[in-house]
Amino acid sequence: MMNWIAVGTLSDIPRRGARCVATPQGKIAVFRTADDQVFAIEDHCPHKGGPLSQGIVHGAAVTCPLHNWVISLETGKALGADEGAVRTIPVRIEGERLFIALEALASRAA
Amino acid sequence: MTEKLVIIGNGMAPGRMLEHLLEKAPDRYQVTIFNAEPRVNYDRIMLSPVLSGEKDYEEIIIHGDGWYIKHGITLYKGHKIVAIDRQAKTVTSDHGVTEPYDKLVIATGSVPFIIPVPGHDLPGVLTYRDLDDVRAMMLAAQSRAKAVVIGGGLLGLEAAAGLNAQGMDVTVLHVMPTLMERQLDPAAGYLLQRAVEQRGIKVITKANTQAITGNGKVEQVELADGTIIPATLVVMAVGIRPNATLAKDAGIAVNRGIVVDAGMRSNDPDIFALGECAEVNGMVYGLVAPLYEMARVAASQLAGDEAAAFVHSDTPTKLKVTGIELFSLGDFAEGEDRQEIVLRDAAAGVYKRLVLRDDRIIGTVLYGETADGAWFNDLKKKQTDISEMRDTLIFGQSYQGGASLDPMAAVAALPDDAEICGCNGVCKGKITGAITAKSLTSLDDVRAHTKASASCGSCTGLVEKLMVLTIGDKYNPAAVQPMCGCTTLGHDEVRRLIKAKGLKTIPAVMQELEWTTSCGCAKCRPALNYYLVCDWPDEYADDYQSRFINERVHANIQKDGTYSVVPRMWGGVTNAAELRAIADVVDKFEIPMVKVTGGQRIDMLGIRKEDLPAVWADLGQAGFVSGHAYAKGLRTVKTCVGSDWCRFGTQDSTGFGVRIEKFMWGSWTPAKVKMAVSGCPRNCAEATCKDVGVICVDSGYEIHFAGAAGLDIKGTEVLGLVKTEDEALEHIVALTQMYREQGRYLERIYKWAKRIGIAEIKRQIMDDGEKRKAYFDRFVFSQRFAQVDPWSERVSGKDKHEFRPMASVGFAQAAE
Repeated sequence: MMNWIAVGTLSDIPRRGARCVATPQGKIAVFRTADDQVFAIEDHCPHKGGPLSQGIVHGAAVTCPLHNWVISLETGKALGADEGAVRTIPVRIEGERLFIALEALASRAA
Repeated sequence: MTEKLVIIGNGMAPGRMLEHLLEKAPDRYQVTIFNAEPRVNYDRIMLSPVLSGEKDYEEIIIHGDGWYIKHGITLYKGHKIVAIDRQAKTVTSDHGVTEPYDKLVIATGSVPFIIPVPGHDLPGVLTYRDLDDVRAMMLAAQSRAKAVVIGGGLLGLEAAAGLNAQGMDVTVLHVMPTLMERQLDPAAGYLLQRAVEQRGIKVITKANTQAITGNGKVEQVELADGTIIPATLVVMAVGIRPNATLAKDAGIAVNRGIVVDAGMRSNDPDIFALGECAEVNGMVYGLVAPLYEMARVAASQLAGDEAAAFVHSDTPTKLKVTGIELFSLGDFAEGEDRQEIVLRDAAAGVYKRLVLRDDRIIGTVLYGETADGAWFNDLKKKQTDISEMRDTLIFGQSYQGGASLDPMAAVAALPDDAEICGCNGVCKGKITGAITAKSLTSLDDVRAHTKASASCGSCTGLVEKLMVLTIGDKYNPAAVQPMCGCTTLGHDEVRRLIKAKGLKTIPAVMQELEWTTSCGCAKCRPALNYYLVCDWPDEYADDYQSRFINERVHANIQKDGTYSVVPRMWGGVTNAAELRAIADVVDKFEIPMVKVTGGQRIDMLGIRKEDLPAVWADLGQAGFVSGHAYAKGLRTVKTCVGSDWCRFGTQDSTGFGVRIEKFMWGSWTPAKVKMAVSGCPRNCAEATCKDVGVICVDSGYEIHFAGAAGLDIKGTEVLGLVKTEDEALEHIVALTQMYREQGRYLERIYKWAKRIGIAEIKRQIMDDGEKRKAYFDRFVFSQRFAQVDPWSERVSGKDKHEFRPMASVGFAQAAE
C-alpha cells in the first residue's frame, strides 16, 4: 500500500538544502537541489549515522557533515571509495505540494 | 559483543594489519594500541629522506591522529608495555595503565644491535631506528662536524648519505671487504663504494672497530689496525635483532624471534606476533613486503579466517639514496649448478648480473640501471624458462623482439600479474584496473585505492607510467593540485582570477572558470564562499548553503547530531552575572555537559538543534554573543592577568587581549585563528604556540605568529618587537589581513607562512609601512560588514527553517 503523506511545499526547503520530517521510524531528510529536484532519504549516514540533512548539497548528492562521506540522493548509495547505502523514500511534487511515500514504514510499523 | 584487541607496538606492520582488519571485520574488536614511541604510525622506510632533508616528518605519517579517532581506536602514545599477564589476560604499561585483552598482538619490532666495544655507551653514539634517532642526528649535524657510521649495509649507507647531505664529514666503517655484501656481489659492491665516495663520503672496508673513546663524550673511533678517526657523532647501523624480551618474560616460546605458526599465532592461542619481532618457519624478516604479508595474514586470522597462512617469498632490495640506482633479488652466490650472465658498461656506470639455474632466474643484481628489475622479478617468480631469449635476456624486456628501448614500452609490455609495488605486493593489473574502474587521475588516488607506491615510493615512476598508459593526457603530474574534482585550477589561481575578472558570485566563478560540475562539491563551495566573502566584503551575499553546517547554524555539531554552544568571554574574563546566566541556561535546557575549553571559555554540549535559538536568546539577555567556536575565523584571545595582578607582569596583557578580540571578532579567515597575549616572558597564556601571539616585555610587545599545537606542534616565529599597544594592534591586524587575502581555504597560518616565507611576511608587515597600513585599512573596512552577532540575528528570526522540522508524521498517520 502506497501511503502518500503531504509534508509541506517546495519553498519550505532552501535550494541546495534540506529539511527534516520526523516520523515514528526516525528522521527523513527531504532535499531540494539547485535545479529544484526533490529527493528524500533516511537522515542517517551509513557510515556513523551522521545527520545527512545537515550536509552540503551539490548536484544530486550530499556530503555528510561528520566524516565527509558523499551520498547519492538518487540511489542512496555512497559515492567514491566508500561503500554503503541509505534507504531512499519516494517523493512526488503536485504543484507546490510535496508528498513522501511511507509504504515500507507503515508495513514495518504495523 | 565486541572483543578486546590489544596491540603492543604501532609500527608499519600492526598499522597495516588494522587497515585490513577494519576492512574485514570493522565492528568485531574494540582496539587499544600501546606505542612506546610518543607518536602516531609513520613510514619508517622514509626516515632516510627525512634525514637527508628531502621530506618532513609530516609527509611520512601513515595514520594521523584523526584516523585513530575516526575508527574509535584508543592509542596510548609513549606507553611502553612492561608486563603481560597471560592468566589474567591483561597488559600493563610503564605509566601504570592496565588493559584487559581477548586477543593480543605483539608487534614490538626490533632493537638495533650495538657492538659491545668500549665506549659504546658514550654520549654521541646513536643508532638508526626511529624518528628520535633521526632528530638526534639532524641536531648533531648542525655542528657540521665529523661523523662515523659503523656498518656499510642498507641502513648504514642511507644514514651516511643523509648526514652527508646535512653537511657533515662522514666516514663509513664496514667490517667486510665490500659494501652491502648480503645484497650485492663484490663487483656491484665496488661500484657502489665508488659512487658513495664520489659524494665525499669516506669508506673504510675490512674495518674492525676496537673502541670508541673520548672524555665524557665521543671524540674518536679506534680500529684494530691502530687507525684513529676523529668523530663527534657515531652511528651504529650494524644490524637489528627481534625485540622479543617482553614475550619471553611472559613465557611465550621465543627462539630468535617470537615463534609463530603460519597464521602468526604464538604458542598461546590468544596471542599473535607479527613484524620484525616474529619468527615464522625459522625466518625473521626486516623488509616491509613480508611484514605486510604478515599483517594481511594476522588480520584474516583475527577476522576468523583460519586458513590464512604466511608464505615466504624473496623481496627485492633497493637503496634509498638519491642518485644511486640499485636493485638486488634472490640468491646470487656462485655455485657449480649455476650459470651467470653479466653486463658491464663502465662509462655509463652500469653493472647487471643474472644468476640462472636450469634456465631459470634465481638471482639478480642491477646497478646503475634498474628499470628491468620488475621484469626480472616476474620471470624469477614464475620460474619462466628463459632459454629462448638467453642471448638478449640481460638487455632487458624492451630488447626482446627488437622493440625500442623506450621505458614506456617496457612498462606497457609487462604482463598484468607483474609486481609493480614490492612493499605492498601490488601487481600491474590491479593498478590499471583500479585506474579504469574508479576513474583515478592522480597519484594520490591510486595510492589510496591500491596502496601502490604508498610505502617507500621507489616504484612511483612505474606507477606514473602506468597512469599515462591507461589514461593518457588526463594524467598530468606537473599540474598544480586542483582545488577539487570540479576544476583543474588550484586555489591560488582561483583567488587570482576572482580578483582579476571581478567575479562576485559562486555561479559566476563556476561559469567563468569552467567548472566541470553543475554546482560544485563540498570541497570547493565553502572555499569559494570564503574567497568571495574576503575579497568583496561589501558586495558579496554570503551563501549559507555553501557553508559547513557549523557555520550555517553557528554551533558545533557533535557525533550524535546535537550541538555545542560557546559564548564569547572576552580575553577569558567573566563575572558572577555571566556565570549565573550560564548556570540558568544549563538548568533550563537540561544541558548534559558543561566544559571549560582550552581557549579560556565555557562550552555547553548536547543541545538539541531545535533549542539553539532559545538558548541563544537567554544567553543574549545576559550580554553574551557568539564565541565563533565553530568558525574558520577568529576564535579566542587567551590572556594572563598581566600587570593588573601579577607581580611579574610588564604590560596590561588582559586589557590588550580583550582589545584585540573586540577589534577582530566576527572576521572570517581561511582556517581558524587562535591568539594569546602573555604579560611577561614566563608566557602563562602560552602565546608561543598560537596562530598569533604576543609576549609583553618591559620595552614593548613582541609579536609572534605561525605556531601550532594541534595535529602538528610548532613554536611560533617572531614577527618583531614594537613599542606601543596601538602599534602592536596594527601589526597583528595587518598580518591577519595578509593571511586572509593569500591563504588557501583550510590552510592554517603556519602552513601559509611556510609557503610564503617568514622573511617575506616580515618584509611586508614590519618593514613596509605603507603595505601594513593598506592591509589594516582593508581589514577595518571588512569588519563593518562582519561584526554582526549571528546569534541575535537568529533569535530575531533569521533562518528559522534551519531550526525546526518541516513536518512531523504521527504514528497513526504513518500506519494508516
